[in-house]
Amino acid sequence: MTVTLILEQALNGLQFGLMLFLLAAGLTLVFGIMGMINLAHGSLYMLGAFIAATIASLSGSFWLAIGLSVLITAAVGMVLEMSLLRALYTRDHLSQVLATFALVLIINEVVRLVWGTDASLFPPQSLAGPVELYSGLSYSAYRLAIIVLGLVVACGLYLLIAKTRFGMRLRAGASNRTMAHMMGGDVSRLFTLVFGLGAGLAALAGAALGPILAVQVGMGESILILTFVVIVIGGIGSIRGALIGAILVGMVDTMGRVFIPMFLRLTMPSNYASDLGPALASIVIYVLMAAVLYWRPQGLFPARSG
Amino acid sequence: MRKLRLALACLAFTSACSPAVGEEVVKIGYASTLSGPTAAIGGDIKDGFDLFLKMKDGQLGNLKAEVIVTDNGLKVDAEKQNINRLLKREKVDFLTGGVFGAMYMPVLPEILGSETFYLAPNSGLKDYAGAKCSPYLFTVGFQNEDHSPGMAKYMNDSNFESIYLVAAAGPGGREVLDGFKRHYKGAYEEMFTKLGQVDYAAEIATIRAASPDAIFTFLPGGMGINFMKQYVGAGLNKDIPVYMPGYNADEDSLRSLEDVLLGTLNTSHWGHDLDNPANKYFVDAFKTEYGRIPSMYAAQGYDVAQLIDSAVRAVNGNLSDKAAVRKALEAADFESVRGYFQFNKNHMPIHDIYMREVFTNDAGVVTNRTIAKVVEKQQDPFVNECKMPD
Repeated sequence: MTVTLILEQALNGLQFGLMLFLLAAGLTLVFGIMGMINLAHGSLYMLGAFIAATIASLSGSFWLAIGLSVLITAAVGMVLEMSLLRALYTRDHLSQVLATFALVLIINEVVRLVWGTDASLFPPQSLAGPVELYSGLSYSAYRLAIIVLGLVVACGLYLLIAKTRFGMRLRAGASNRTMAHMMGGDVSRLFTLVFGLGAGLAALAGAALGPILAVQVGMGESILILTFVVIVIGGIGSIRGALIGAILVGMVDTMGRVFIPMFLRLTMPSNYASDLGPALASIVIYVLMAAVLYWRPQGLFPARSG
Repeated sequence: MRKLRLALACLAFTSACSPAVGEEVVKIGYASTLSGPTAAIGGDIKDGFDLFLKMKDGQLGNLKAEVIVTDNGLKVDAEKQNINRLLKREKVDFLTGGVFGAMYMPVLPEILGSETFYLAPNSGLKDYAGAKCSPYLFTVGFQNEDHSPGMAKYMNDSNFESIYLVAAAGPGGREVLDGFKRHYKGAYEEMFTKLGQVDYAAEIATIRAASPDAIFTFLPGGMGINFMKQYVGAGLNKDIPVYMPGYNADEDSLRSLEDVLLGTLNTSHWGHDLDNPANKYFVDAFKTEYGRIPSMYAAQGYDVAQLIDSAVRAVNGNLSDKAAVRKALEAADFESVRGYFQFNKNHMPIHDIYMREVFTNDAGVVTNRTIAKVVEKQQDPFVNECKMPD
C-alpha cells in the first residue's frame, strides 16, 4: 500500500513539476536574458488554454488544438514583445511589474469578454480513462501522456539550447547580456524569438493542463507565483535550474500534501490534524525556497557569474 | 458626440443617472462572487434573480428595483470594499448575492451593525443560525448542514466499514461535514482541501491508499468538477462510490461533467422536477430565457427576488420602517419554488429534503431526478441557541 502511494505521488509530482517547468523555462529566459519581470506570463498560459478549448470544440481534435494554440499564443507573445514590452527593457523592475500587471488585468477582461469566465476542454477519448500500471494502481492515462509530453519538450529544449546556434546566442545572452550586445548579432530579433518561445511553452502548459484542471479566467495568477518560486530556486536564467527547480517544487508540494497530514494524524487528535495538515502542506514549498536562498542566494544553478 | 459624452459621463457616475430623487425605488446591493474558479454558482444565482426581475418588468413590490452588482472574485478584501461602498455610498435597502460563507462572514458584523437587511441567497452559517442570529439576517438558501442528515441516514443503512469525508476548507465545508458526522454512525476519516484548489492528485492518492468503502464529498463549484474529473480519470469511481450533498451534483456541475456523475445519489432541498405550480412556472420560464435547466442555485436566487418582492409589497414600499420590513420578511409570504418554505425563529429556512439521482433524461441531457423525500421540514440543529431579539 505505501509503495503504491509513494509511486503514485512520485508520478503526480513529476507531472506537476514538468508542467511547472514548461512555464518556468519561458519565464526564466525572459528574466535572465532581457532582465525583464513579466507578470503577464501567466496570462499567456491562460490564453493558450482558452484558445485550445475553442479549437478543440470547433475541430474535434485535441492534438490539433494544442499545436495551433502553441503557435497562436507564441505569435501573440511576439506581437506583445514588439509592440509594448520592448519599451520596458530599459526601465526599472517596478515599471515592468506595473505595466505587465496591467496586462494581466487587461488580458483577463478580454478573455472574459470573448469566452466568458470558463471554457471546457476534454482529453482525447483514448486517454480519458485510467491505465493499470500494475494490480492495485490504475493511473490516469492523460496524466501519463503529459508526463511524456513534458519529458519530450525538456529534451527538445536541451538540444535547442546546447546544440544550436540560436541556443548559443541564448546562453550568451543569459550569462552576460551586455557582452552579448557588444558582440553584435541581431539582439532585438533574438529577444522577440525568446519571448515567442516562452509564450508558446506557457500555452503548451495551459493547453495540456486544461483537461485536468479548469480552463478559467485567473488560472494564470496562482500558478505564476509557483513559477517564480521555481526560477528563484533554480537560479534565474538557467534552463537546467528551471527543470530541477520545477521537479523539486512539484515533488515537495505533492508529497507534502499527502505525507504531512498523514504524519500529523499519527501524532495528534484527528480534528487538529485535519486543520493543520493543509496549512502546513501549503507553506512547505516556501520553506524550501527560503532554505535554498539561505544557502545558495543565487539559486541552485545560477546562469550568470557575478 | 454630445450624446456619447453624456453616456460616458453616466457610465462614470452611475449614481448620477439613477432615477431622480423623490422617485420611489428599492435599492438592492448585489455583492457576489462572479469570477474565479467557483464563478458558475454566483452566475446561476444571479440568473435566477434576474429572471424574476425580468418577469416583473424590473419592479419588486411595485417599486422600481435598482440593483447594484459587485464582484469579489473570491477575495475577502475585495468583498470588504464592495460592501463598504454599497452600505456607505449607495445606502442600499437590501443586500444579497453572497455565495460563500468564507466571503461574507467577515463583513456580516458591519452589515448587521448598520441595520441593513442581508438576504443570504446560498449558504447559512452555523454561528449566525445560533448565538449570533440577527433580526437583519435572513438565509434564503439553506443552512450548511441541511443536506447532510438525509445522506448520513441513507449511508447508515449501507453498513460501510469505513468511509472518507472530503471537503473544502472553510466554514461551509466544516459545517457540511459536522452535519454529516452528527448523524452518521460508522467509522470515517476526513480531509480538508484548500478553497479554490484545482489539482486533487495528492488527495486521490491518499484515498486510494486508504481504500475506504465509499466517500462523501463537499467541494462546491469548479472544485467538485475538477475533483470528480480527476477521480474518474484515476479509475477510483469503480471501486469507491461517491455520495454528495446536492450542492455538488447540480446543473452547474453536471454541465461540465457530462456523464461522469451518472447514477450518483445526492440530497437537496430542491429539484427541477418538484411537482408544484410555482416551480413549474419558474423552470419553464428559466428554460425559455436561458436555454438550460435551472440549478438549485438559480432557484434560490429566484426565491430571494420573490422574498424582496413580497416584503416591499407588504409594507407598501415604506422601507424606512425597519420593524415592519422585518415582519414582512419573516412572514415569507410567497410561493417558494421548493414547495414548503418557512423561516425558522433564527431566520434559517425550514424546508423538505429530497434524495436525487443523476440520470440521462429523454432529451439526452444529464440531470437529476427526484426519487423520494428523505427529511420532512428539515431544521438546523442550532435554532435553540438563538435568542432572537424582538
